Amino acid sequence: MGTATLSKANQSWAAKLPIISHLRMSSGLQRGMLVAGLIFSALFVICAVFAPLIAPYDFAQSSDANGDFPRQAAPGGQFIWGTTASGYDVFSRTVYGAQTAILVIIAAVVMSLFIGVLLGLISGYLGGWFDRIMVVLADAIYAFPSLLLAIVMSIVISQGQSSLYGGVMAAAISITVVFIPQYFRVVRAEVMRLKAEPFVESAQVIGSSPWRVMFTHLLRNATRTLPLIFTLNATEALLTLAGLGFLGFGIEPTSASEWGYDLNRAMSDATSGIWWTGLFPGLAIVLTVLGLTLVGESMNDLNDPRLRRFSRKKAKRITQAGGKA
Amino acid sequence: MTITSPPGQVPSPLAAPKPAKQKQKGGGFLRYLITRFLLIIPTVFILITVVFFLMRITGDPITAALGGRLTPDQLAARIHEAGYDRPLILQYFEYLGKIFTGDLGRTLSDNRAVSEILTTYGAATLELAINSVLVALIVGIPLGLVAAKFRDRYPDAVLRVLAILSYATPVFFAGLLLKLIFGVWLHALPIAGRADWQTELQLTNLQAPTGIYWLDALRSGNMAAFGNVMEHALLPAIALGLLTGGVFLRLVRTNAIGTLGREYVEAGRSRGVSEFRLTTKHAYRPALIPIITVMGMQIAMLLGGAVLTETTFEWKGLGFKLAEYLTARDFVAVQGIVVLLAIIVAVTNFIVDILAALIDPRVRY
Repeated sequence: MGTATLSKANQSWAAKLPIISHLRMSSGLQRGMLVAGLIFSALFVICAVFAPLIAPYDFAQSSDANGDFPRQAAPGGQFIWGTTASGYDVFSRTVYGAQTAILVIIAAVVMSLFIGVLLGLISGYLGGWFDRIMVVLADAIYAFPSLLLAIVMSIVISQGQSSLYGGVMAAAISITVVFIPQYFRVVRAEVMRLKAEPFVESAQVIGSSPWRVMFTHLLRNATRTLPLIFTLNATEALLTLAGLGFLGFGIEPTSASEWGYDLNRAMSDATSGIWWTGLFPGLAIVLTVLGLTLVGESMNDLNDPRLRRFSRKKAKRITQAGGKA
Repeated sequence: MTITSPPGQVPSPLAAPKPAKQKQKGGGFLRYLITRFLLIIPTVFILITVVFFLMRITGDPITAALGGRLTPDQLAARIHEAGYDRPLILQYFEYLGKIFTGDLGRTLSDNRAVSEILTTYGAATLELAINSVLVALIVGIPLGLVAAKFRDRYPDAVLRVLAILSYATPVFFAGLLLKLIFGVWLHALPIAGRADWQTELQLTNLQAPTGIYWLDALRSGNMAAFGNVMEHALLPAIALGLLTGGVFLRLVRTNAIGTLGREYVEAGRSRGVSEFRLTTKHAYRPALIPIITVMGMQIAMLLGGAVLTETTFEWKGLGFKLAEYLTARDFVAVQGIVVLLAIIVAVTNFIVDILAALIDPRVRY
């Protein structure tokens, strides 16, 4: 990261980790946004990891030893966020929803990262007809409404009926197809630029194979900007998942809890004034996307010296430190 | 240009002009127009191909739609009748040929021509798109200018968070909240449909209706109908418009910050031009150009959002029908509508690119 050159040379390794170095760099409003983003994101991850400990009931539990849960019960008492029309506890479902969301996000981003980077690397380095076909294909897919593409994919994968991990994978693959062109494009552009650099040419001169050039020399350099796209895509993955769920292409309510699907169910509740079944899963989506976006945006701004803002005191400190080194 | 730019960060034509081949001034635009038009063909062709093969990999649409309801024999007969048991490549070329003549197939669930769905429901989607773009512009441009003017101070921070919020809120959640607040609690606005059924009847019985209700109401001079249509249009337009408005806000902010720092603005200031005029006249105009380019990209997002908005508000447009056919597992209809939307996106992108080139000569190549 370009931050290393700005900060002091004898920093500990911990201070050079992406997010921590960004925190150190930031000040004022920018720091506020970054910290707020980190808090929301952390909350999301905690909910996802410790869902069974946090949630009082299971996501598909509509009765306990004392009999059936009340249906559409208002928030308060035993059910702090109320219950749905099927008698599920809204709080438990919202907490478990984080688990589904994080699984889909991780699966989608990892898969699209892997495939997109690989294709971008090969396409950019080798060029020729393969490159041309890939570019046209990526452009065509990119110009397409991503939600529609995800719908088509989920029909292909699961015929629209999904269960447990099958459903998570179906959603993730649908989202992956949407993202591959984005990673492909960024990596390819970088590779095209780097290809002309002396260090690549010298590697070719001493007889390195194309694979070696690609994976030892180009890969590291071409993937620097990816963490930023990563956070932005995580949010898009979440929104696409919710959109699919809202259209009824999500995961069955009994096999996992999914915010978009819950909102779909809540639509008819809303007309009769029942607000709690929709409000909480909706807020969960908004806050998670907000948190991840704030982190991504702040990192983006802080990486760009033109957008980075310093307090006067801090600017002075940095110039002094730079002078000493 | 619009098709090849990455998401999120939009390269402004100010920053990245295409300087290369601009020897003669005259023929440039016509050549650009033709090349750009020819570019539509591969895009649409690829999409049709990809969608066709994806949808057929897993099986035929008849099994998907009627699988549980018919005996295997009946099913096989129906499949044979529709020609789905022939080689895939044969079906593909037949499909291409049909599309060429405007035949997108017939739906399985209610046996209508897909092209008829476009003519019946297309206007509603167009109306929603126009309304929401209007909301987006009304919200996005002034607030973007305010944010640029107060860069890095409180108004800017608040507006930036609001812009992110508008992106973070799925349209159906925004719709749900709007419905709850204005429809259920305040009883101020209707929460579903495009108009009351009486009004709808009046408007569809007009001679040569455009299908865009507020336009029809205005043309026939029926102010009561116009009011009714507007009432219905407000909430969906806001739900979908805020999504795009956030994008416009950020775009105007970034570009206005750029133009506010230019020499000619400084020169204007030294001549004694007021700060308000500097922001709203001098810095504002050049900051608008990128919006037009980005609008092309927004069309794709808008159509995706329209599917969700229409479902939320029972707005009977293409997206609403798409969701209906999805639940009915009528994948012939789904495929038809998806291809249709792909063509719409490609054509609007073309129009927007041409507009951008007309306004800003640097875009041409």
